[in-house]
Parts: sequence; C-alpha cells; structure tokens
Amino acid sequence: MEILSALFAFLYQVGDALAFLVLSACGLAIIFGMMGVINLAHGEFIMCGAYVTVYAVRAGLPLPLAIACGTLAAGVVGILLELLVVRHLYSRPLDTIVATWGISLIATQGVLILLGSTMRGVGTPLSSFTFGAYSYSQYRLVLMAAAVIVLVALYLIFNKTRFGVHARATIQVPHMAEALGVNTRLIYCLTFGLGAALAGLTGGLYAPTMTMVPTMGASFIMEAFVTVVVGGADVFLGTAPAAMVLGVIKAAMTSWQGQLAGQISMLIAVIIVIRVLPSGISGWILRERG
Amino acid sequence: MLAKANKLLNGPQTMGKGPAFWTGFVVVVLGAVAYPAFADGWTVGNTVYFFNWIFMALGLSLIWGYGGALSFGQTAFFGLAGYGYGILTLNFGSNYGFTLLAVVIAVAVAALFAAVLGYFLFFGRISGVFLGIVTLSVTLVFERLMAQTAGPEWRVGTARLNGFNGMTGMPPLTVPWFDGDIVLFPDVQLYYVILALLVVVYLGLRILVNSRFGNVLVAIRENQERAEMLGYDVRKYQLTAFIIGSSLAGLSGVLYTSWGQYITPSSMGLTAAALPVVWVAVGGRRDLTATLVGTFAVLSVFQTLTIYGSQYALVVMGALLVVVVLFAPDGLIPGIAGLSRRLRGSR
Repeated sequence: MEILSALFAFLYQVGDALAFLVLSACGLAIIFGMMGVINLAHGEFIMCGAYVTVYAVRAGLPLPLAIACGTLAAGVVGILLELLVVRHLYSRPLDTIVATWGISLIATQGVLILLGSTMRGVGTPLSSFTFGAYSYSQYRLVLMAAAVIVLVALYLIFNKTRFGVHARATIQVPHMAEALGVNTRLIYCLTFGLGAALAGLTGGLYAPTMTMVPTMGASFIMEAFVTVVVGGADVFLGTAPAAMVLGVIKAAMTSWQGQLAGQISMLIAVIIVIRVLPSGISGWILRERG
Repeated sequence: MLAKANKLLNGPQTMGKGPAFWTGFVVVVLGAVAYPAFADGWTVGNTVYFFNWIFMALGLSLIWGYGGALSFGQTAFFGLAGYGYGILTLNFGSNYGFTLLAVVIAVAVAALFAAVLGYFLFFGRISGVFLGIVTLSVTLVFERLMAQTAGPEWRVGTARLNGFNGMTGMPPLTVPWFDGDIVLFPDVQLYYVILALLVVVYLGLRILVNSRFGNVLVAIRENQERAEMLGYDVRKYQLTAFIIGSSLAGLSGVLYTSWGQYITPSSMGLTAAALPVVWVAVGGRRDLTATLVGTFAVLSVFQTLTIYGSQYALVVMGALLVVVVLFAPDGLIPGIAGLSRRLRGSR
C-alpha cells in the first residue's frame, strides 16, 4: 500500500506536469508547425483567456461556459492580430518573433494600466480526494483529461475535417494548394486564430488555480517553448511525446529537489536534446520513418 | 598610418565612411569629452548609465545584425556577470584595484558560459527561431533561480544573494593610484573611463566586422549554405560572434552593477530581455553606428517617458518595436538614410 501510494503520487505529478506542458504548448506548436512562426505573445493570449474567464464567472456564468468565452475571446484577438501584423511578416520569420514580442510588451503593460497589478481570481472548483497517504485535487484530474481531449480534438480537426485537409495541404506545398483553389491566406489566418484560441483555453482552464496578474503568461511560456523545441514542428508526433518525456523529467526532479530544479532540469534536457536531435522528436521520427 | 587606420576601420560592413563621417565622429567624441563641463554631476552619472547599456546593444548587433543569429537571452550574460561582480567584490573587497580584476573575471565567466551554451546551440545547428527561444528560456530560468534565493542559506562566501530584492552594497570601480585609490562613483571620473571604453569597443568592433572575420559572418547571414559550400565552418564563426557579443553583454552587466551598486533578478526577466532587442531593432541592427546612436536615443526617450508617464513607457516601446518591424525592417537610422538618399536622387 505504501508503494502503491507513492507510485500514485508520482503518476499524479507526471500527469499534472504533462497536462501543463501539453496545454501550454499546443497553441504555440500549431502556429509554429503550420507557419514556422514563433508567437512570443503566446503567454499574453493565455493571460487574455484567463482574464475573460474570470470576468465571465464574476458575471454569473458557470465555469465551463466562462472558459469557452475565454477561448473565443483569445481566438478573436488572435485573428485580428494576424490580419493587422503577422500577415505582413510571413517572409521574415525572425521579424515575426520581434513583432509579437512588441505586442506582448504592449499587452502586459496595457493590462497592468487598465486593470491594475492584481485581480481577485475564482476559487479552484471541485473538491479533493484521498488516495493512500496524500490528498489530491480533483480539478487537476480535469486538467489532465482536458489535455487528452485537446490532443484528440486536434487530431480529428486536422485529419477528418475539410479545414484540416486544406491546412495540411497548405503546409506541405503552399502554392500548389493555392493553385487547387485553397484560400491559403484564410487558412493561415484561421490557424493563427486556432492557436490563439487554444492558448485562451489554457488560460481559462488554469485561471482558477493561479493568481491573476498581468505577467501570468510568463509562467507558461518557458514550458511552452521548451516543449515545442523538443517536439519539433509536428503537434502529434512532436508535442505529445515531448511533453511525455519532459513531464517525467520535471515531475521526478520536482518531487526530488523542488520546483526550480524541475525547471532547470527541463532546460538542460532541452539543450542536450537539440544537440542530438536538431529538428526535435518529430523530425527524428519522420526521418526514421521516411 | 592614417591610410592603414582607414583600411582597418572602414569597409563594406559599416555605413559611415569618408572624411565627413570621421570629422563628425571626432566632433561627437570631443563634444562628449567637453560635456561634463556643462552638466551637473547627476546628469553626467545618468549619461554613464546610458553608456553602460550600449555595450550590450553593440554585442547584440554583432550577433543578430551581422551574424543573423537572433539571441533573446543577452540579459542572461548581463545578469551572470553582474552577480559575478557582486559576489567577487563583496567577498574580497576593493583594495589594490581588485574591482578591475573582478570585472575581468566576471566578464570571463559570462564568456565561458556563452561558449558552453553556444557550443550546444551552434554545433547542434539550431535554426534562427529556436536559438531565440532557447536563449530566452535560459534567461528566464536564471531570473527564477535568483528570485528564490531570499533565504540566509543562499550565500556565496559572505555575499547574500537576497532573492527578489537583489544584491546591494558592492563597491564601485576603483583604480589604484600612487596616493590612494581613485573611487569611480557615477560622476565625472567614471564618465571618462566609460566613454574611453565605449570608443575603444566601438572602434574595435568596427575593425572586427570589416576584417575577414566580419565578411564571412555577413556571408553566413546572407546565405548560410553558400558560405558553407565555400568552405567556411559556419558554426565556428557564429560561435565566436556569440561569445564576443555575450562578453559585451557581461561587460554591460558588470558596469551596471558597479554603477548603481545593486543588481536584481528582474534585470534578467522577460521585459528586461526585450529591451536590448528594441534598442537594436529600432536603431538599425545591421550597422554598429546605427545601433549605438539608436540605443542612446531610445534610452533617452524611454527615460523621459518614464518620468512623465511612467507606466506608458513600456507600451510605447512595444508599439515602437512593432511599427519599426513592419515599416522600417532595417531600423530607423538606415531607413532615414535611405529615404534622404532617394529624395536627393529624385531631385
């Protein structure tokens, strides 16, 4: 029983880390994988989703509906941003990073000016349960389930819908897709919106567990970057396995030496991985297969 | 002698050349030398504060503008060297000019760290986008690492790290002299030392980018595969540029720490890391002179904004960055230069 309890505690930690990594990275990974653009305002989309969710809950909506509002809001902001800024920079990927960083500065500081340095959040819903010697939060299990659902939903979107087929055609050979009548600009725009909406979803899901500060996005982005770098350009072959590997590393180091050790060990793991597999896990899988 | 200097300092990789530019250069330097006579101590010290940051900007210009490798994490080296200086001087004091040795050691530590990190990055053949992300992650982890060192158990020798409040109380730079040490408080003496250092670094970098090394570096930026086909080991050139640029970031960190006698973890945070990119991008990353002038200008504007509308300053910086990237991708100064040339040509 003792061992079982310890094992469950570790699995719970791994699951928690995994959910956090998958959810914080998937929006970034979709935008990067589809368009080769790294969106440095990713953390601010997460913040946007979280803030809208909290406002919606305060306005009386139930939490799931509020999270949907947050997702939608972030998605709309993402589409607007694509139309105004990102669209003009596709031929210059490095400049896109710089521009989205500028947007991130504006968003963080703008929210600080408009809404103040901190804001009352909403409490963590659901109660806790006990297994063996420790008690655990049920909401964390919801987050783990949400991570799995997001991955499955993305798989279905990209493989079973018309949008998904067009999107994949656009990544592979953009001008050929265009010649066949796909509106590639629209696809890019929608993909950016989808990535932003996923970031908003992450923000909404984690809003009840965090303190609401304008810089809250920063606590996600390092994890998101690291997962995308290790994973490479493909969401399914990259992000999910990368989150798995990093989640185990992070959980093991966190339970052994504390949270900071978990982060540092992840960073070291990333630096070693890119030395060995420069195009990430997905690049490696694709090379082995092809 | 003049012809030789001319050949070393001028070349295809720097914009300013010819008698007009160098006359202007001499006038600006003379003006800078005369400047303390017309300003009070505080303003002079404040100008030194601006100068301190320019080294980091010049380093980023070398890595990003000339080498084409965008590093977001220059503040990691800034912080590392700054904390290094603090730890060394708090432990060993400032007698016998030890502060100068501490500067050298701290910058060397930053350079060593850059060499190790750069080895993994460049020899792993990391493409442009990933390089930025990994370096940014490094500086963010450094910030978190230092921010949680509040407890008394976090000390190196006698130096407390002090968590989020940062280290304080390290001595300013001192120069050993015959009749006692000269302490360089942020005032006129320090101004002249830093000004001289800035001129030396600027001219040194000019020589570097106009040398064979600089030409190869620019060739790599323009087309990495072509440079490789021509037989250059791209990785070594990029790594060298990264180490030099990061050492300059470290130098900025040391000078900043000794200038204000404090350093905090937020100097390695997300906002701090964004600022060097703003200065370099706005001024014009592909030219040292443009970077230098642009950094100085943006810093002055930023400080004025901070005084009059403190919280809007960062919003303006962000907007400036977006606008420059969209409409003047090479930076404002080359943009203005190109525009005036076109206007003159059309007349």
